This record gives sequence, structure tokens and C-alpha cells, in this order.
Amino acid sequence: MELFLEQIINGLTVGAVYALIALGYTMVYGILELINFAHGEIYMLGAYLGIILLGVLTATGVTAMSLPLSIIITIIAAGIICAAYGATMEKIAYRPLRDAPRLAPLISAMGMSIFLQNYVMLTQGPNDKVYPQTIPVTTFTFMGADVTYIQLFIIAASVLLMAALHFFIMKTKMGKAMRATALDKKAAGLMGINIDSVISVTFILGSFLAAVAGVMVGIYYGVVNFYIGYLAGMKAFTAAVLGGIGNIPGAMLGGFVLGILESLGAGYLWPEYKDAFAFLVLVLILIIRPQGLLGERMPDKV
Amino acid sequence: MGMKEKMKNKYLKCLLAGAWIGLLTIPFAGIIRAAYIACAVAGASIVVTSLARLRQAGILKIPPTGALIERAERLYTGPKKIIAIAVLLAALSAFPFIADRYALDLASQTGIYIVLALGLNIVVGQTGLLVLGYVAFYAVGAYTYAILSTGHLINFWAALPVAAFMAGIFGLILGAPTLRLRGDYLAIVTLGFGEITRIVLNNWDKLTGGPNGIADIPRPRIGSFRFTLTYFYYLVLVFAVLTVIFVGRLNNSRIGRAWIAIREDETAAEAMGVNTTWLKLLSFALGATLAGLAGVFYTAKMGFVSPESFNFLESVIILCMVVLGGMGSIPGVILGAVILYIMPEALRDFQQFRMLIFGGSLVALMVFRPQGIIGTKRRGVEMKVKPATE
Repeated sequence: MELFLEQIINGLTVGAVYALIALGYTMVYGILELINFAHGEIYMLGAYLGIILLGVLTATGVTAMSLPLSIIITIIAAGIICAAYGATMEKIAYRPLRDAPRLAPLISAMGMSIFLQNYVMLTQGPNDKVYPQTIPVTTFTFMGADVTYIQLFIIAASVLLMAALHFFIMKTKMGKAMRATALDKKAAGLMGINIDSVISVTFILGSFLAAVAGVMVGIYYGVVNFYIGYLAGMKAFTAAVLGGIGNIPGAMLGGFVLGILESLGAGYLWPEYKDAFAFLVLVLILIIRPQGLLGERMPDKV
Repeated sequence: MGMKEKMKNKYLKCLLAGAWIGLLTIPFAGIIRAAYIACAVAGASIVVTSLARLRQAGILKIPPTGALIERAERLYTGPKKIIAIAVLLAALSAFPFIADRYALDLASQTGIYIVLALGLNIVVGQTGLLVLGYVAFYAVGAYTYAILSTGHLINFWAALPVAAFMAGIFGLILGAPTLRLRGDYLAIVTLGFGEITRIVLNNWDKLTGGPNGIADIPRPRIGSFRFTLTYFYYLVLVFAVLTVIFVGRLNNSRIGRAWIAIREDETAAEAMGVNTTWLKLLSFALGATLAGLAGVFYTAKMGFVSPESFNFLESVIILCMVVLGGMGSIPGVILGAVILYIMPEALRDFQQFRMLIFGGSLVALMVFRPQGIIGTKRRGVEMKVKPATE
């Protein structure tokens, strides 16, 4: 029972991270119908920025003053820098290709992904990078299961961010513009919505969330590498598809469901096939219910 | 705003772009390297802007790439085309006499990539089914030969049909449940299958040797005659030429035209009586078969396989070969395969920079020429019509 509960909490933690990254995929897909393959790399950039910024804050004495403050500054700063990366990436690699044949932006995204991976490898070195040991791993027992505060923090922060995103999309003017653009780009443009800025905002939001996920995972596992973006990105994409791509609550649900499924599957069935598990879920869901858990059935365009 | 004012603004924008990129790279590269990067970006964008300006003013005459290719196509028709092909083949046959081992190895591998790219072109370029896990079929072929030959069950020649059959079956198994899916969904499912294949190869130690792979795989031989690298090169050449002929014939056949109909508009094709289910399966199976055969050649050349060689990046590179050269066009795909395999090798001197340059050039090529280097004629028509239908 304790093991089961621990697996569920592990699953929720990982799932929260998948969900945060998945939101970026699903928002971009909802508006541009583009699988942004480089999105996982933004998450990886975030994880690296976590180490870099925490290092700077420790060196300047902020961490010694207050650890939570330094973590929060790191998360927000990493989010802002990655948002800038995301927006720049969109402008360079995707905007010129908006009317190009379908495959062109996909290849461009893959090129961007390879580019960013190698950019980080060149500037930060090819070896694993370790997070500073300033963050204590304290655990407490919850119904017999060991839970770390970091896990609790990840889950809480993710839920908070998702709630904020939901508010932004449902209640603000920009959110309304985003929804309109997702429904019909051309009509939205005719209504006076600036499509370019809506798309930029989409990338900014998605990248911010991915960066936050990156920093949190970095703190959780303590180790990052330049190739972590690919697998995390693929799993987050799975989560987005699982929930119904283009559907924002779906991405959140998909992230949690995938995290728990993976954690239980790896814990009880075949640990060595943990990564294959996510892909199996992806394949099955697409074959059985391609619209995802919360998605609506899309009629074929004639 | 005057012309001069406009240009001034453009140059200002270049400087700003440089400054912005420099700013972004500070956390990763440090201030000094970021400053270099900023200067490089600003400099490069100023050069590009100036070239565009000179071209606009008519001082610099660069004909558009499309026109160049059309001119080349017009030049090489009829007997001239046959002569050109004969010269090319003669040059390729003479290649081993001037090449060293490294160049021969490179050339053989290029041939294998040409076959792979042509195989994927059947599925992606012709039928319009986006497949991202193509490398799985390549792996099936490679491992079929590796497992059967190290178990002394089979030699190279017998392995060819077996591997082709296995990969083809694998293509059908993968194709059948995914036929209902369209576009990006199909891409992701095939990507998932590709990853699952790699993970299984990595973990099924008894059969595949796990991450260590399988070593000591024999080169092909006939009796006591052993195919050394030179002879193996000719073998690959024959294989590649046969594939080109096969794919070319297929292209103009009833099947090829039906595939194109499916690519352009599946619903319309179905309404016109094209059996889409059967043709899509056929496309999957043929593409997979070619990849399986290429896999046998690859293992025979390397003498070794491991799951490492069949990762997602490999699928991406093969897909890029198809798209870069110009989807659906056979010369385009061949050109794409040659460029994309040779380019990283040629950049070997830049060692760690080569994949960075590779990724950057993919983006740049797509931005400046989204239809690929040689777009097909049909493709051109499709692109003109596209905005109206949306």
C-alpha cells in the first residue's frame, strides 16, 4: 500500500512536469497546427538556466539569505529568458514558413531542436551538470509513504500555474484573442486581432511553463544533460495527445494520467521498459481514440 | 520614407537582431562569447541584407534557383539526358580507382542512404503519409541479417529476401492500424513505433545483445570470393541504381499516380475509385521493404549493429533528405541524401560544431526554400492551388 501511494505521488510529480510542458505543445498546435519539436529543448534550456542562475544567486549571497527566495527568483528568471528564446525561435524558424507546405515548418522545428541541443552542448559542455547541493532533501511521511517537500512543491506550483493559465485564457482579452485565433485564424485576423502577436504570446507562455518545469525537474533529480529535452518533450507531447491535442485542460489531465500510468507501469510491471510505456500509451490512444480523452471528434476536411 | 531611410532602418534592424541574440546567449555562453555571437549575427544579417539590396538594384544578378534547375532540366532531355546518366555512371564506376578507403566507405554509405531516402520518399513524398519512425524498418532489416548470419543460418544473399520480407511485414503490421490516422497523428504513431522498436532492441538481450549489439557479422561472399570494400561499393552501386530504376518506374505507373492522388486529396481520390486502403498499405510495405534491404547492406558493411544506430535523429535525417531535395522528385531525393550525408562528414574538421551547423542549415534551407532544392512540377501546381482551398 505504501509502495502504491509512493508510486502515485511519484507519478503525480512527473505528471505535473509533463503537463506543464504539454501545455506548450497543445497551445502551439491549437493555433498553428504545428508540432513544435523544439519545445522539449526549451525545457532543457530552462533546466540549465536553473543551475546557472542558482549558481549566480549563491555566489552573490542571495541563497544564504533565503533559499526559497533564491529558488523563486531562479524559476521566474529562467521562465523569462526561455520565453524570450521561444519568441525568438518562432520569429526565426516558424513565422517565415506560415504559408509554406505542411512539412517545411516541421523540418524547421527539428533543425531548431538539433541546433539548440548542440548550442547547449557547446557552451555548457557535453557532460552531466549537477545542481548545487544547497537544496536539502527533506521528507515527511504521509500515510506511511515517504514524500519529499520538493515533490509537494512541484505539484503545488504546477497546479497554481495551470490555474493561472486557465484564468489568462478564459478571462483576459489576450486569452480571448488566442481562443479566437485557434478557432479560425483568418476570421480572427479580419476581426482586428493581431495574429502575429497572438502567436508570439502563445510561444512566450508555453516556453515560460516549460522553463519552470525544467528548473523544477532539475532540482528534483539534481542532474541535467543537453539531451533531456527530447525524451521529456516526447512524453509531454504524448500527454498532450492523450488529453486531446489543442485542448488545454486535456493537456493537464493527460500529463497527470501519463505520469501515473508510467510510474505504476515501471514500478510494478517492467522497469526497463519505462520509456517504451509512454510510447505504447501514445500509440494505443491514437489508434483507439485519436481525439484524446477530452478532445472532440474532428470531421475530415473535404 | 525614402529609399535611403528604409535601408538605414534595415541595417539598424540587423544590429538590433545581433544585440538581441547576444543578450539571449549571455547566460549560456558568457559575456565575451556572447559578444562574438552578437557581432557574427549582426554581420551575417548585414551581408544578407546588402546582397538582397544589390540584387534588387540590379547590380548583382543571381537568377532564382528554380529557373536554374529548369534550365538544367531543359538542357538534359532526350539523348543528352542518356549521355549525362551514362557519364555519371561511368564516373561512379571509376570512383574506386581514385578513392581511398575512407572515401569508399563514405560513398557506400551514401548509396545506402539514397536507397533509404527513396524508400521513405515512396511513403512521404508520393503518398503523403508522414512517417517519423522509418528507421525502425531499417533496424528490422539490419537485425534480421545480424541475428541470422551470426547464428550461421543464412548468408548475405539469402538474407536479402528474408530481411525484405520481415521489414515488409513489419510495415504492414505498423501500417494497418494507423491507416485511419491522418497527417500529424500518423507521424506521431510511427514515431512511437520507432522508439518502441529501439527500446525493445536495447532490452531484449538474448536476441539482440542489448546495448552492446551484435558483432562479427560477415561480409557477403560468393564461394571463396569475398567482397572487400571496393567490391562492396560496386554491390551498393548496383543496389542503388536498381532502386532508382524501380522507384522511377513505379512513379509513372498506375500505382504511382494513384499515390499522388491520395497525397493531393485523399477523399477525392477515394471518390474517384482509388482503393486508398490497399494503396496506402502497399506504400508502407514497399517503403519498409527498401529500408529492410538497406539495413542488410548497412550491417554487412559495418560488421556490427547496435540500437544506437537507429535512434530518432536517424529518422529525422532521412526525412530531411526527402524534404530537402524536394519531395516526390527522384533526383531531388538523391541530391538531398548526398548533401545531408556528405555535409556532416565534410564538416568533420569542425568536429563539435558540425551538428550545430547541420541544425542551423536545416532551418535556413526551409526558410529560404520550403519546397526543397528541386521541387516537382506537380508539387508546384499543388502549392499554387493550396491557399484557395483553405
